[in-house]
Amino acid sequence: MSAPLKDSYDLVVIGAGPAGLAATATAAKAGLSVLLLDENAGPGGQVWRAITSTPLADRGQLGPDFWSGEALVRALREGDAEVIHRATVWSLDTALEIGVSVGGGSAFVTARRVILATGALERPFPIPGWTLPGVMTAGAAQTLLKSSGLVPDEPTVIAGQGPLLWLLSAQILRLGGRIDRILDTTERRNIVGALPHALAFATSPYLRKGLALIREVRAKVSVVSGVTDLAARGEGRLSSVTYKVGAREETLPASLLLLHQGVVPNVNLAMAAGVAHAWDDVQLAWLPVLGQDGATSVEGIAVAGDGAGIGGAEAAALRGRLAALAAVEALAPASLAKLESRESVRAELARAERGRPFLDRLFRPGKQFRIPADDTIVCRCEEITARDIREAVAIGATGPNQLKAYRRTGMGPCQGRLCGLTVTELMAEARGKTPQEIGYYRLRAPVKPIALAELAALPKSKAETEAVVRG
Amino acid sequence: MFKRSDHDTRPIVRILVEGAPVEARAGDTVSAALLASGRDVRRLTAVSGAPRLPYCMMGVCFDCLVTIDGVGNRQGCLVPVADGMRIEIQKGKREIGR
Amino acid sequence: MTVLADAIVVGGGIHGCSTALHLCRAGLKPVLIEKDYAGRHASGVNAGGVRQLARHVAEIPLSIRSMDLWERIGDLVDDECGFESHGQVLVAEDDGELAACAERVADLHGHGFTHEELIDGAELRRLVPAVAETCPGGVVSRRDGAAEPARTVAAFRRKAEQLGAIVREGEPALNIRRENGLWRVDVGADTYAAPVLVNAAGAWAGRIADTLGEPVPVETVAPMLMITSRVPHFIDPVVILRGRKLSFKQFGNGTVLIGGGHLAVPDQERGTTVLNWRRLAESARTVFELFPVMREAQILRAWAGIEAKTRDDLPVLGPSARHPGLFHQFGFSLHGFQLGPGAGAVMAELIVEGGTQTRIGALGIERFRT
Repeated sequence: MSAPLKDSYDLVVIGAGPAGLAATATAAKAGLSVLLLDENAGPGGQVWRAITSTPLADRGQLGPDFWSGEALVRALREGDAEVIHRATVWSLDTALEIGVSVGGGSAFVTARRVILATGALERPFPIPGWTLPGVMTAGAAQTLLKSSGLVPDEPTVIAGQGPLLWLLSAQILRLGGRIDRILDTTERRNIVGALPHALAFATSPYLRKGLALIREVRAKVSVVSGVTDLAARGEGRLSSVTYKVGAREETLPASLLLLHQGVVPNVNLAMAAGVAHAWDDVQLAWLPVLGQDGATSVEGIAVAGDGAGIGGAEAAALRGRLAALAAVEALAPASLAKLESRESVRAELARAERGRPFLDRLFRPGKQFRIPADDTIVCRCEEITARDIREAVAIGATGPNQLKAYRRTGMGPCQGRLCGLTVTELMAEARGKTPQEIGYYRLRAPVKPIALAELAALPKSKAETEAVVRG
Repeated sequence: MFKRSDHDTRPIVRILVEGAPVEARAGDTVSAALLASGRDVRRLTAVSGAPRLPYCMMGVCFDCLVTIDGVGNRQGCLVPVADGMRIEIQKGKREIGR
Repeated sequence: MTVLADAIVVGGGIHGCSTALHLCRAGLKPVLIEKDYAGRHASGVNAGGVRQLARHVAEIPLSIRSMDLWERIGDLVDDECGFESHGQVLVAEDDGELAACAERVADLHGHGFTHEELIDGAELRRLVPAVAETCPGGVVSRRDGAAEPARTVAAFRRKAEQLGAIVREGEPALNIRRENGLWRVDVGADTYAAPVLVNAAGAWAGRIADTLGEPVPVETVAPMLMITSRVPHFIDPVVILRGRKLSFKQFGNGTVLIGGGHLAVPDQERGTTVLNWRRLAESARTVFELFPVMREAQILRAWAGIEAKTRDDLPVLGPSARHPGLFHQFGFSLHGFQLGPGAGAVMAELIVEGGTQTRIGALGIERFRT
């Protein structure tokens, strides 16, 4: 863990998940000077988290999709890209200058091209009591499982919908962990919207894998379908989960509740860099406005992977390769000859994305789980409820930024990552506008908090240094 | 809340949580080690003093904030444990300058 | 559609909103036109300093007028605006700076202004216990304080609207012209017409003045601010430095705002700014040196708001020197927030009564005539 070796690079890739690994390997192969910056302790991102360090040696436990990441990790190691883990990128601007914190010190590097591969995060799941200790995301439990071999051993409920929920459940069960009940919130009527896309899905690998997982889990755990209402309860920590299926309400004791309703692009760094985004009505999230091969509205910055719109690991890696090929074409076109053609990668990407429209529609989260009732906390950092926001709208707040004149929503350390989508949709509903009209927080650097002492220790500006020399 | 796998053969790393010795494993993050410790490691928020535990484990929610070797507001889910590391659970606003 | 009003105010910052509010209170029906939303730029995102301290003598009467309004802001706009009065302290970092402070305070007293008070090291440390031991004293203005800027502008805007102002947000004021004795401005498909036009367009006001044949040399600037995570309460007054660029304030919720005038790069066409992190690092270094307790604090956010700075750092406030019915209220040069309530009151008097008791003679646009 040390600071970047150089001040400038042909290409800086941010994020070492599937997209970032693929982009780095491709660009390094073409001879570009590449710096890969990643926040985690090792490569893999979230989907291949701890792939080089997991204590789970039995390959069947995590499954073949997990271990498929090894090829890209190998490609990364065989190339000569500079790779820095535990690096937090806190600033990126339109001049492609990057502020990065490594080991308690910050440095600036400049790039001729930047590929943002910052991936996805779990969609906020604001239900009553979701801030109680013992309520976590399914992804959090999967991280604990992959990187530390930890599984639940107390009364556990998993609630929500989407492929990850079934994969996680299967993995927990394979490791002898405890799951008391699965509460499936998939809306039955979603199938209507999804059906037109079923054929493409049926010919994608998702179907076979998905059905096998669901069978594996259902054989061991009681699954309740059609859950329409969820609440976490407890004093100081989770003690029970209450849910409804239509009119029928049930409460069961639990010390762990794992929530999941899909993933959404992690947009903070891209937005702070000035990349234009637009609301996507299918994925119910902000997606960067992209040209070919991940090109954004900011010259020199591309977005690849799930940050460009949720597509899964395989699509992410292909998007990473395409973004890297575009960088190679711009910076070292002669090297393109030794790489695969972009047409063939684009064709592969189209195949990999084939099942996605079906999944997006089938697992579209219900409105009551996206736009919560009045007493539910929306902004976890500043502890602001849906009622607070509706009241601010009633006396004049028109959008997420104007809301800051009334409430501190989004002004805490997570910088809107856990409330932003909720605030946009909630205000849109309250004002009878579209999410696009309502907009999103204006995000800026630092996209992650930076210690004052670290900022104070930054290399001085040129003018300042010169003034000292003259003085 | 969580138990370790029987097949975990990673070396043991010894850390101090509120002064008490806790065994973690090499490769654990601070948050993972705290959750696996079985201790009460709930943080109290700086806003209302409400108790919290890590929520996302991937660096976005900031509910894992913890004091590590005297430095406050670190994201425990992003920092690997090291032998002798001193962990303090944050209760309310982080004291500065000490 | 053409809508007749008593006055057209261009610009929804604190100045435009305050003028609209005071015109309503005087019985007029103004229309307020804001191309983005009220408080989008400097007025809503500044440091919130409510400061009489360290002002140019020419604007002190206006500042004092404004201070009286701040102290009953709740009566004026039905919202306390987060205003807290714990004083503002100017810190001298060495004896040379302290001597300059003494001279300044004596000069003000000579002009009859007594709000600034010279303090020694002991009083400085009583007011600001966390300040570095090496600072020998400074100046305090005890009635000063700070407010929440976005909340303040929103409150002025809301109150003006309640009292009858038409507020148009989201579309620019175009084709500003005078025809048949009335000022006319196009907003979207509508035209507003009124005998009075107030140019309170902040960073964009220079262009309007220019278009109307009264050029004022203004520079578009974007002072940067940053804010920390919540830390325990350790300081009450707002602190500014005499020698270096720093202002420093802790909010009731524990967050600490760090500013002082280092500039971002503005993009006036898009209404955005690019932060200069090397300059923000200078602010961080100054805090690091003067407030050792802050060294471990974390910077959560940083931003900058666009505004206009004049050549002499004084605002343009008063009637046009060229056109009847035109009034200017811009160029507040990084220190206009505190002046907002008073400047709106003065502007309403100029419009309604043709004059004001508040001494603003040195702020007229004539001074830029060449």
